[in-house]
Amino acid sequence: MELNSWGMYPKIKSNITKLSQIDLNSYLEEIEEFIPYGNGRSYGDSALNSNILYCKDTNYFLDFDEKNGVLKVQAGVTLAEIIEVFVPKGWFLQITPGTKFITVGGAIASDIHGKNHHKSGCFSQYIEEFSIALVNGDIKRVKRDDELFRATCGGMGLTGVILDATIRLKKINSKNINQITIKTKNLKETFEAFDEYKDYPYSVAWIDCLASDDDIGKCLLMVGDFDDDGDLDYKAKKRLNIPFNFPSFALNNLSVKAFNYLYYNKAPNGISKQVVDIDSFFYPLDSIRNWNKIYGKNGFTQYQFILPLESSYDGLKDILQTISNSGKGSFLAVLKLYGKANQNFLSFPLEGYSLALDFKIEKGLFELLNQLDKIVLKYGGRIYLTKDVRVSKATFEAGYDKIDIFREFRKDYKMDIKFNSLQSKRVKI
Amino acid sequence: MRLLIVGANSDIAKESAKVFAENGFDLILANRDIDGLKDFKKDIQLRYNKKVDLVELDLLELSKIDDFYHGLGEIDGVIIASGIMYEQSEAFIDNQKTLETININYTSVVLLLNLIARSFAKRKYGFIVGISSVAGDRGRKTNFIYGSSKAGFSTYLSGLRNYLFDMNVQVLTVKPGFVDTKMTANLDLPSNLTAQPNEVAQDIFNAYKNKKDIIYSKSIWKIIMLIIRHIPEFIFKRLSI
Repeated sequence: MELNSWGMYPKIKSNITKLSQIDLNSYLEEIEEFIPYGNGRSYGDSALNSNILYCKDTNYFLDFDEKNGVLKVQAGVTLAEIIEVFVPKGWFLQITPGTKFITVGGAIASDIHGKNHHKSGCFSQYIEEFSIALVNGDIKRVKRDDELFRATCGGMGLTGVILDATIRLKKINSKNINQITIKTKNLKETFEAFDEYKDYPYSVAWIDCLASDDDIGKCLLMVGDFDDDGDLDYKAKKRLNIPFNFPSFALNNLSVKAFNYLYYNKAPNGISKQVVDIDSFFYPLDSIRNWNKIYGKNGFTQYQFILPLESSYDGLKDILQTISNSGKGSFLAVLKLYGKANQNFLSFPLEGYSLALDFKIEKGLFELLNQLDKIVLKYGGRIYLTKDVRVSKATFEAGYDKIDIFREFRKDYKMDIKFNSLQSKRVKI
Repeated sequence: MRLLIVGANSDIAKESAKVFAENGFDLILANRDIDGLKDFKKDIQLRYNKKVDLVELDLLELSKIDDFYHGLGEIDGVIIASGIMYEQSEAFIDNQKTLETININYTSVVLLLNLIARSFAKRKYGFIVGISSVAGDRGRKTNFIYGSSKAGFSTYLSGLRNYLFDMNVQVLTVKPGFVDTKMTANLDLPSNLTAQPNEVAQDIFNAYKNKKDIIYSKSIWKIIMLIIRHIPEFIFKRLSI
């Protein structure tokens, strides 16, 4: 078995051990350092190291309280598995990211968020408790008010091996979502639209980041909520497969421009309404099994940052202008309004706007991203570790005011000796 | 529909249990240690809403196989997924380990399948899946005690298929190559020849559906074993593979 991260960059050889096949105590005793790995959907080097503990096939459903929608699962269970079983019973995830192919352990380690962050917060908010194996092999049941809870949620797998979790699900009465699409002409309109529709539980905008000058920030804002029609007949769709890496020249400035043009223009002007199902609304890209291959064999990365509310508009304008000037196309640029930050040491969200941009790895890219880093810091923002593969220690830590508490915590529990990823070593967590 | 899985704690067995439960089967999971299967039982019930019974079965206690069989009730099919593989060097010098290999991989399951096959034959329906191994296709110096027990099992299944053909009972022989399981956790296996347990399980279900007789999993092993079987003995005996 060979494991990559979703960005397929960097590619390294690792010793892979399956949690399902070993005695964890002796592994912890014998192994030098390692990082737990779920389903490999973090983009960069968060789950890569020379030793990897593969956790996905430790995936029992352990218990379900039908009355309150409280589910206990082993950490290798994926969100896709939960949806498949529980949507027909009228339950959905409280929080889901843009892919359902992540494990519950990964969701905790990244303290993931979704289209409803501005209303509902992060994944950790709906965890009742979880258990984790610490460096000495002790298994702790962690409650919401434990310090270990705040360290582990968003802690990038650097506090121990998450074994199981008890999470609250969300009651739904339909698999369908009433979606409203709002087409805007520039960044100002985009911000106004976000504000106008902020009472909808779900919202996300696709930005054409090759637009220039007056058009900068034009977008399709999609907001929505679950229908109430009682239709719970959910079956996961068959997925398309990309059988090989696209040649790396396939995605260039021109093709990205064409895609963005078509995507933007196929949507009706102004405001339109659609009824869509869970998979199309929450997981549009999951319909293609390995869409990461369109970026070619050199791989790609996602640059995701967030800016505080008060500086969001100016900062985004600055950043979009810089990208537009660089001519480096981002196929996907996703803008989203966030709610308040939580208490976890390393959770990414804070109140403001976040932009996520995909770039194929090519010459000159990291120089552009370094340039963007400076702008992000200037406006008081920060970078999302789960997507990152290249940020510097200085840039990273400038954005996270609780980083030193986290570092101390890791030292106190000797976690820093065993649990490390390429990323944690790069940014010295 | 009710399916018996023997050796239910193996990785291939568990994945097969999931695929068959997903496709509508209630399950009887038979294993030496059933306490270790309680979480798995709960998992199947939550995921697929199917009935799961855990039944204790120690294949080394040959005299108890009759009682085990008579306690089962009606079943529609059976998957034999039990098996043991010692290091050849250990089994070769240890009669106990040699006997365990033969009795678990061959003797016990033949006794059990004799009973099941007779009842399936009488009522003229049912299916029998035996998980054998590519190691049974030809004896090699590195694995011939395990290999010969699987060869015996493959030959038994082949004859059983012939016998039950007229009685509308399918007999499927599954020959996995390398599989990434607890059994092989310490071996360094080439990844392009190694199947994941859930791939083997899916292959088994498809082969059951399509009324196949013999499958290799991964299918590349069919070609590999074709070549290995056809190497002349005077050459083969000199090889180290």
